Amino acid sequence: MAEFSLPANSIVKKGRIFEAPATAKNTKRFKIYRYNPDDGQNPSVDTYDIDLDTCGPMVLDALIKIKNEIDPTLTFRRSCREGICGSCSMNIDGMNTLACIKAIEDIKGDVKIYPLPHLDVVKDLVPDLTNFYAQYASIQPWIQTDTPPPPDRERLQSKEDREKLEGLEECILCACCSTSCPSYWWNSDRYLGPAALLAAYRWIADSRDEATGERLDELEDPFKLYRCHTIMNCTNACPKNLNPAKAIAEIKKLIVKRRN
Amino acid sequence: MGTPQRPLSPHLGIYRWQLTMALSILHRMSGVFLSFGAVVMVIVLAAIESGASQFQTVQSWLSHPIGLILLVGWSFALYLHLANGVRHLIWDAGALLEKDTANRSGLFVIAFAVIATAATWALAWS
Repeated sequence: MAEFSLPANSIVKKGRIFEAPATAKNTKRFKIYRYNPDDGQNPSVDTYDIDLDTCGPMVLDALIKIKNEIDPTLTFRRSCREGICGSCSMNIDGMNTLACIKAIEDIKGDVKIYPLPHLDVVKDLVPDLTNFYAQYASIQPWIQTDTPPPPDRERLQSKEDREKLEGLEECILCACCSTSCPSYWWNSDRYLGPAALLAAYRWIADSRDEATGERLDELEDPFKLYRCHTIMNCTNACPKNLNPAKAIAEIKKLIVKRRN
Repeated sequence: MGTPQRPLSPHLGIYRWQLTMALSILHRMSGVFLSFGAVVMVIVLAAIESGASQFQTVQSWLSHPIGLILLVGWSFALYLHLANGVRHLIWDAGALLEKDTANRSGLFVIAFAVIATAATWALAWS
C-alpha cells in the first residue's frame, strides 16, 4: 500500500545557513538536503548562498564549490561532469536530472536539491541504489542465443536493425526515470521500473538476441511490467531524452501480439 | 554495531507536478467518483420505475445546490474519464507517447472535458 507521507525518522528539519561573503554581488541561494548517518539526527535542509561570479555554470559546479570552499562534509556522487556516467543524478528544482548538465541559470528562485526520491538515504545526496541495480540484473542485460555464432566473424546486424536500438542503448542507468515514477515509489519491491524495462526492451528489440520469448515470459506479470500506468514522469525526467514510457508500451504491445 | 535505520528520501512532497502526472491521478479519482455516480444513476432509474412521487423525491435531492454540484462534477468526471480513457487506448497502440504529444493530448483532454461539461449544462438549462 502506498505511503504518501514520510516515516518519522525521515521528516526533514530546518538546517544551518551559510551566508555568502559580503563582497559577493551575484548570489544564488542553494537549499540542499543533508543527512548524516553518524549523528542520529533527522535529515535537514541546509542553505548555502553562492557567489555565482566565482562559480561554474552547472549545479554540479556549485556543489563542488560548496564542498571545496564552504562545507567539506557535503556528500554526493559525481564523476564525468558531462552527462555520460550518470553518477550525479539527483532531484534539482523538483525534477530528477543530472547535476552536471543542469544549468544554474535555468532555475528560477532558490535551487532546491534533494536525493533521488523515495530511496533509502546513505548520506546527504547519496541514495542506496542496491534494489535498482538488482532489478537491472534481473532482466539479464546481455545477449542470449541458441544458434552458434558464425565461425569467422561476429554476429552481424543490418543498419536497419541497428536503428531499432537508437534511443534504447544510450541509457546510462542514472535512475532519474525510475525514481521519478509514483508507481515505482509505491511498488519498487515488485515493479521493475522504467529503467529496467527500457533495458529489457533494448534486448528484446535486438535482432541478434534469441531469447525474446523467454524475456517476454519473465515480464508478463501484474507487477513487474503492468504497474506502469503511463504517468510519463520517466520520459519527462530522462536527462538523455530517452523514452522509457514508449519502450514499456512496445513491450506491452509485443505481449498482446504474440497471443495470436 | 547496528546501522541506523536509513531515512526515506522525500518524494511526493518535493516532486514538481507534471501535467501528465496530474491527469493520471485525476483519471483514477474520476473513475472512483463515477462509480458512486453509477449508484446514484441506479437510484434515479429505480425512482422512475417506482412512480411519480418517488421520482419527485429523488429529483428534489438532486435539485438541491449540493446535488447540482455533484451532478456537474459527475458530468465533468465522465467527460474527463472518457477522453483520457481514449488517450490511454491510443497510448496502448503505441502513439502519442512523445514528451510533447503526451502533454498536448493532456491539454486537449482537459479542454474537451471543460467544454463538453459547459455545453451539456447549457443544453440542460435552455
